[in-house]
Amino acid sequence: MGKLFAVVVVVIAIASAVPIVMHTWAPPVDISTHGHAIDEQLKDTMVEAGISFLGAQLVLAFFVWQVAGRKDGPIKTFPGGARVMVIAAILLVGTEILALGVLGQKAWADVYFTPAKPDALQVQAQAGQFAFYFRYPGVDGKFGALHPDKIDEGNSNFFGLDPEHDMDSRDDVVTGELAIPVNREVHLLMHAKDVGHSFYVRELRIQQDFVPGLDLSVHFTATQTGRYEIVCTQLCGLGHYNMRAYLSVLSPDDFDKWMKEKAAQ
Amino acid sequence: MGTTAQRPPTVTTIRPGGGSGGGVRPPGPDDGELKALSEPRSEPVRTGIWVGLAAIGMMFAAFTSALIVRQGSGEDWHHLVMPRIVLLNTLVLIASSLSLERARRKVASYFRTGKKDRQEALRWLYATLALGGFFVAGQFVAWQQLRAQGLYLSTNPNSSFFYVLTAVHAVHVLGGLGGLLFVIRRLSAPVAALRRSSMDSTSYYWHFMGALWLYLLLLVWIKL
Amino acid sequence: MSEVSSHAVQHQAPTGFIRKHVFSLDHKVIGKQYYALALVAVVTGMMLSWLMRIHLVWPNAPIPGLHFLSKAGAPGNVMTPEFYLSLMTMHGTLMVFFVLTNAPFAAFGNYFLPIQIGAEDMAFPRFNMMSFWTTFLAFVVLMAAFFVPDGPPIAGWTAYAPLSAVGGDAGPGEALGQTLWGVSIFIFCIASLLGALNFIATTLDLRAKGMTLMRMPICTWAWFITSCISLLAFAVLMPACLLLILDRVAGTSFFIPSNLVISDRLQPHSGGSPLLWQHLFWFFGHPEVYIAILPAMGIVSHILINSMRKPLLSAKVIIYCMMGIGFMSYMVWGHHMFVSGMNPFSSLAFSFPTLMITIPATLMTLIWLGSLYGSKLRITAASLFALGFLSMFVSGGVSGFFLAQPAIDIYLHATYFVVGHFHMVMGVAAIFGVFAGTYFWFPKMTGHMMSESLGKLHFWGTFIGTYCIFMPFHYLGLAGNVRRYSAFTDDFLVPLIPLHKFITYAALFTGAVQLIFLFNLVYSRFKGAPAPDNPWECTSLEWTMPSPPPFDNFGGKHPVVYHDPYQYGMTNAAGGDYIMQTSPEASPTGD
Repeated sequence: MGKLFAVVVVVIAIASAVPIVMHTWAPPVDISTHGHAIDEQLKDTMVEAGISFLGAQLVLAFFVWQVAGRKDGPIKTFPGGARVMVIAAILLVGTEILALGVLGQKAWADVYFTPAKPDALQVQAQAGQFAFYFRYPGVDGKFGALHPDKIDEGNSNFFGLDPEHDMDSRDDVVTGELAIPVNREVHLLMHAKDVGHSFYVRELRIQQDFVPGLDLSVHFTATQTGRYEIVCTQLCGLGHYNMRAYLSVLSPDDFDKWMKEKAAQ
Repeated sequence: MGTTAQRPPTVTTIRPGGGSGGGVRPPGPDDGELKALSEPRSEPVRTGIWVGLAAIGMMFAAFTSALIVRQGSGEDWHHLVMPRIVLLNTLVLIASSLSLERARRKVASYFRTGKKDRQEALRWLYATLALGGFFVAGQFVAWQQLRAQGLYLSTNPNSSFFYVLTAVHAVHVLGGLGGLLFVIRRLSAPVAALRRSSMDSTSYYWHFMGALWLYLLLLVWIKL
Repeated sequence: MSEVSSHAVQHQAPTGFIRKHVFSLDHKVIGKQYYALALVAVVTGMMLSWLMRIHLVWPNAPIPGLHFLSKAGAPGNVMTPEFYLSLMTMHGTLMVFFVLTNAPFAAFGNYFLPIQIGAEDMAFPRFNMMSFWTTFLAFVVLMAAFFVPDGPPIAGWTAYAPLSAVGGDAGPGEALGQTLWGVSIFIFCIASLLGALNFIATTLDLRAKGMTLMRMPICTWAWFITSCISLLAFAVLMPACLLLILDRVAGTSFFIPSNLVISDRLQPHSGGSPLLWQHLFWFFGHPEVYIAILPAMGIVSHILINSMRKPLLSAKVIIYCMMGIGFMSYMVWGHHMFVSGMNPFSSLAFSFPTLMITIPATLMTLIWLGSLYGSKLRITAASLFALGFLSMFVSGGVSGFFLAQPAIDIYLHATYFVVGHFHMVMGVAAIFGVFAGTYFWFPKMTGHMMSESLGKLHFWGTFIGTYCIFMPFHYLGLAGNVRRYSAFTDDFLVPLIPLHKFITYAALFTGAVQLIFLFNLVYSRFKGAPAPDNPWECTSLEWTMPSPPPFDNFGGKHPVVYHDPYQYGMTNAAGGDYIMQTSPEASPTGD
C-alpha cells in the first residue's frame, strides 16, 4: 500500500504540472506596458515553485516507496540530521525569497511607485451595484463636483452631477464603456458609489479595489487596440457575478471620433 | 481523593478540592527517581488570570488602534467634553483598588497567622464592593449626562468610542464585582474556604481594571 | 453549589444523563462534543458546497427540495445568484470557524491535551463546559440566519464593510441575517477566548511530575501554541464584531464612510473607514489560518513518529518552527489587502514577512521528509492521512509563493488561484490532520477499533478526489477566473466551464467518499473490535490507560514521566521497539 501511495503521488504531481507546462490555462496576452514585469515575475515564481513542488512530492514518494512496510534492518537517520535541513531551508528558501522579493519590488514599483504622467488621460471610474460608469472631463479638462444626493439612475445622473449650477460638470462625458487611446497613459480615478468593488482587466494586468470613502487611482498604458472585459472582483452583492463593462482600446483617431460622438449626445 | 491535602500547606484553611475555577490538580507522588523534576506546581488560577488579562489588554489595544484609524479616516472628529463625574468615578475606582489591597493584605495575614478574625478583611472587601458599585453607577450617570447634552452612541465617532470603551470597561468591572462577591462568600462561610490564589487573582484583575481605566481616561482625554 | 457537592461532581463520575453527556465537566466528553459539533458543521458546509458547485455548472437546473431551504432563494428549486452568495458565506463561516477551529484544536485538544500532560482534567472544567456551550450557541445563532425572512448574509466569510455594515439596503440577507452572523462570531470569540485561556493554564500548570515542557508530545505543543495564537487573534476579532454590530443596529459609523448611495438611498452615516474592518479582520484572519493548520501539523507529527517507529530528525526544530510561524502570523495580515488601496509601501512591508514564513514551513517539511528516510513506516489509515497531509501541505504551500508577492497578486488576487491555495493548505491539509487523528485516536476515545480497510478506501477516494477538486482551481486562477461569481457570464470565462464541470464531478465524488467515513465512524463505534490499551504501540500517556479512559483519566494514580515521547527504534526495550513515557527503564538516547 505504501508503494501505491508513492505511485499515486508521482502521478498526481506530474499530472498537476502538465497543464502548467503546456500553458493550457494561461493568462491572456498582456496588453500593457507594465504587464511584462508581472508576467516575468509570475514565470520565475512558477519555475521556482514548480521545482519545489515536484521536488518535494517526488522525494516524499521515493522515501515512502523505500520505507513503507519495512520490517528488517536498522533504523537509519538522514545523513547530517536536522542541521542539514536547517541550513538547506534557510539558504535555499532564503535566497529564493530574497530573489523573488527584490524582483517583486521592481514589478510592483512599476505600477505603484511612479506617479501618472501629467499629460495622462484622466478618466473617472465609478463603481456601484452593479455597474461601472466612466466620466471624461470634457474640453475644459475639469471634472464637475459630485453631489451624492443628486444621484438619480432613472434620469441617467449616475455620478450625481449638478450641471445647472456647476460649470465644470456641463461638458463632462459619462459613458458605460471605458474607451481609451492606445499607447497613451490613462490615469483612472476610482470612486465607489456604495460598497466595495474592484476594477480588474486581465489583459491589462490591473486589479484595484474601489474602496468607499477613499479616492484611489491607478494608471496604465495599453499597447494593443481591441475590446476587453472589465469585471468586478470584490464581492459587492447579489449582482456581483454580472457586474462588468467593456474596455475599448482605440487608435488615437478613433478615440477622438468616439469622444466627439459621446460629447454630442 | 483529596487534591489539596498533599500540597505544601500554603493554605491553612484546607478544603477538599475543586476551587476557584474548579481546577483539579494531581499532586506529584513521592515515588520514582526523577532525572528532571518539573517546576514547582503553580495554581492554574494564577496563570489563568494573567492570560485573561493579556486577552483583555489585547482587546483594548484593538479598540485603541481602531480609534486612531477612525480618527484619521473622517472629517467628523469633534472633541467631546467629558462629563465631570468621570473624574469622581476615577477617584472612586482608585479608592476601591486601595481598599482591595488592604483586604488582600488582611487575608494574607489571616492565612499566615490563622487568626480567627476575618472580619476586618471582610469589611475592606465590602468597602471595595461598594466602591466598585459606585463606579459603575457613576459611569451610568456619566452616560446620562452625555445624553442630556444630546450626545448619543451614534452622534459622532467621539461619542461612539466613548460609549463603547466605557461600556466594555464597565462590563469587565461588573465581572470583577462578581469575583469580589465570590471571594466574600468564600471568606464569610462558616469554615472559610477561600484560596489565597483566588483572593490574589481577584485583586490583580481589579487593579488591572483600575489601570485600564486610567489608560482609557488618558485616551479619551487626549483623543476624544 | 456547596463545597462538598462540587467536590463530588469533579471526582466521581456523574451518573445523571445530563451531567454525564450534556453539561459535562469532563474534558473528554467536551472534546467529543466539539467533535460532534464540527461533524455536523462539516457535513452542512460540505452540502452547501455541493449546491454551489452544481449551481455553477448547471445554473438553471432545479435542485429537488432546494426551496425547502429557502423559498425566496430558490423559487422553483432554481438557485438565485444571491442565494448562491448566501450559501458561499455560510459555507466559509461554518468551515473556518466551526470546523477548522473546532475539530483539530478544540476537539482533539480538549480530549488529549490534559491526558498527554498527565492531568486529570482541564484547569477550569467549568470554563471548559461554558466554552463548548457558548460555541454551540454561536452555531445555533449562525444557523438561525437560514430561517429569517431575508435569508442568510451574502457578504462572504470576510464580511467586508460597508457591504456587511449598512444593513438591508445592501441586498437580501444583509438585514437580520448579517446581524446574526455578527452576533454568532462575537459569541464564538468569547468561547474561543475561554478555551484558549483554559488550554494555556492547563499546559503550564497541570503537567505531571517529570513532564517538562520539552517532554510534551508535539501535538500538545501545537495545541498550546495554537491557544496562544487564538488568545490574541480572537481578542481582536471580538471588538471588531462589536463595532460591526453597532454600525448595523445602533447607527454608528465605524466602518461606513460618508456619501454612500445604496439602493438609491443616501446612507445616514459618515466618516467611517472600510479599511479599518479589513485591518481588524485580517489581523485575526491570518493567524486564524495557523489556528487551523498548527494542530494538524502537531497531530501529523505525532502520528508520523509513531508510524515511522523513529523520532523526527529534530522535534525541537518542529516546535520552534511552530512558534516562529505563530509569532510571524501577526505581521503578515496586510498580504490580504495588496489591492485594497493600502499604501503601496506597506504592501512591500507585508510581503517580506509573508515570504519569510516560508522558511519555517519549508524547514518543517524538510524535517518530516528527511525523517521518513531509513524508517520502518507502518501503513495505516492514520499514517496514510498523515502522509497525505505532507503532500497537500506542499501543494497548497507553494502557491503561497505567488500570492505573497504583491506584483503577482495584482493578477491573481480574488481569483480561483486564491481559493485553491487556501482550500488546500488550510482546508484539506487541516482536515487530513483531523482524519489522521480520528483514525489514530478513535480506539482510545471509544474503545473500539475503526475498520482499517474502510479507512484506507476513504483515504484513496479523499486524496485523489481533493486533488482533482483543488488543483484545477489554480489553473482557473491563472486564466483569471474571478471567485465568488454565481455564474460565468463573462465572455472569457465561458471556455473555462468544462473545467468547472470536472471540478463539480470531483466534488460530488469526494463528498460521496465521505459517506464511507461516516459509516465507519458509526459502525465502528458500536460494532468495531474492542480496542486494546495501546494498539499502535505509542509512547505517550494516553496509551497507558484503558480504552476508553476512565472518568479521571489515570484512575486516581498520578503518572510520573521519565522520557520524551520519541523513544522509538529500540532494539531491546522491554515492551518492543519503544519505551513508554512513564516507563522507568533507561533509554539509550539518554532522555
